[in-house]
Amino acid sequence: MRHALCLVEDATETASGTHWAQNPYPGVYSATPRTGHQNEPTPWPTRCNGPVTAPPDDCLARNEWICGEYLSTRRHILVDAVGQHLQLTAISVLIGLAIALPLAVVARRWGWAAGPVLAVTTILYTIPSLAMFSLLLPVYGLSATLVVAGLVLYSLTLLVRNILAGLRAVPEETRQAARGMGYGPIRLLLTVELPLALPAAMAGLRIATVSAVSLVTVGAIVGFGGLGNLIYAGMNTYFKAQVLTASVLCVVIAIVADLLLLLVQRLITPWTRAVRG
Amino acid sequence: MNTLTDAWHWLTDSAHWSGDDGIWHRLAQHLVLTVVCLVISCLIALPVALVLGHLGKGGALAVNISNIGRAVPTFAVLVLLLLTPIGKWGEGPTVVALVLFAVPPLLTNAYVGMREVDRDVVRAARGMGMTGSQMLFRVELPLSLPLLMNGVRIAAVQLVATATIAALAGGGGLGRIITAGFNLANTAQVVAGAVLVAVFALLVEGVFEVAERLAPRWARGVR
Repeated sequence: MRHALCLVEDATETASGTHWAQNPYPGVYSATPRTGHQNEPTPWPTRCNGPVTAPPDDCLARNEWICGEYLSTRRHILVDAVGQHLQLTAISVLIGLAIALPLAVVARRWGWAAGPVLAVTTILYTIPSLAMFSLLLPVYGLSATLVVAGLVLYSLTLLVRNILAGLRAVPEETRQAARGMGYGPIRLLLTVELPLALPAAMAGLRIATVSAVSLVTVGAIVGFGGLGNLIYAGMNTYFKAQVLTASVLCVVIAIVADLLLLLVQRLITPWTRAVRG
Repeated sequence: MNTLTDAWHWLTDSAHWSGDDGIWHRLAQHLVLTVVCLVISCLIALPVALVLGHLGKGGALAVNISNIGRAVPTFAVLVLLLLTPIGKWGEGPTVVALVLFAVPPLLTNAYVGMREVDRDVVRAARGMGMTGSQMLFRVELPLSLPLLMNGVRIAAVQLVATATIAALAGGGGLGRIITAGFNLANTAQVVAGAVLVAVFALLVEGVFEVAERLAPRWARGVR
C-alpha cells in the first residue's frame, strides 16, 4: 500500500522537476568535499516525503552499498555517464594514436630525435593527472576538451614508447631482405615494419586505453569525468550505492575495452597465433 | 600568459606559504605521505615478491596484479574507502589507497627481476652448496636490484600522483591547493598548485635518476 503511494508521489515529483534528475553533474566549482548539501538532494527520503508516510524502507533509504532500486531509478543518469566516459576515452586514445604514430616513426628513422621525444613524453607522464588537468585550465577552461587534452598527453607516452619498441624489434635481416626485393622506404615502413610492430603497438594501445578509462574519473574536477562525476557527487552526499555502482562500471568498461582490443589484435595479427601453435 | 603571471604572483606571495593551508605545510604533508606509504608498501610487497620469485611460484598473480591496479580508478578507490568506516580515521583512506596503488608495481618488478636472474648463475650457487637464504640474499637479490629499484621508482611516482588525487576526496597534501583553487574559482591558484605538484613529482623522479647514476655499475639497470 505504502509503496503504491510512494510511486505516485515519485512520479509527480519527477514531473515537476524538482529532484535529483535535475542536476546529475555537480563538480564544477562545487563546495568543499564532504560538506555539500546545497543542490544535491539526499538520495533517500525525498523520493517519498509526503505527510502521510514515513521514509520508505528500501535500500536507497538505508543507503546500502548494493541497491537494485538505484539501478532501476537512475538508469538514464548511469547511461549518460557511461556514454560520456566512453566518448572521452575513445576520442583521447584515437588522437593520442594519431600523434604517437608519426612521432615514433620519426624517432625510429632519425636516431637523434628518439632521445628528446622519449624524454618529453616521460616528463609528461610523470606529472600527476590532477596537476595536468589544472595546468591545462588556462588554455581550455572548464570543458571536455581539457580532459581530452590531458588524456591525450598521457596516452601519447605509452603509445610512443611501445610503437618505437615494436619498430626497433623488427629484425635487421627482415629489413634488408625487403630492401633487396626493391622496397622503397615508404613501402618498407607500411608493409613490413609497421605490421611487424603491431603486437607491441597493440599492447601499448591496450595499456593506454585502460589507463585512460581510469583517468577520466579525475575529470570530475572540471565536471567532465563521465562516471567520475557520479563518484564525486556520491562522495559529497555519502551516496554509497552511486559510488559503488559507478566504480564497478569503470572497472567493467576497462576490462571490456581491454578484451575487445585483445580480440582486434588477434584478428589483425593472425601470424602470431600460427607461430605459437 | 596573464594567468601565468597571476600564478607567479600567487606563488611569490609569502602569505600563501605559511599557515595550515600554506604551501610549506601542504608540501610537508605530501612528502610525509609519499615516504611513509612508500616504506609501508615496500615492507609489504618486497618480501612477498622475493619469496615468490625465489620459489618461482605465483608468477601469474605477481605479473597480473599490475594490470589490475591500472584498471581500477584511483579516485574511485579513494571515495569508496572514504565511505567505509576507514573514512573516519582522518588520513586513513589516503594511506590505504596509496599503499594499494604502490604495491602492484613493486611486486611485479621485484618478481620479474628475481625471475630474470640467469638460471645458470642460480644453479652454480646451488652447486657451491649455498643454502636457500644465502642464494636469495647473496645472488638473486643483488642481481635483481636494478629492476627492483625501477619498481620502487615507478611506485614513488605513482604515490605522488595518488596523493594529489587524494585531495579530491578530502585528503591532505599539495593537491589541496588545487582543489581549494577550484572551489574559489581562482585559476591562478589552481595553476600555481599544479606547478608545485608537477615540480614535486619531477623532483622525486629526478632523485631516483641521480641515485641510479651514482649507483655502482653492477646495480645499474640496463634500460
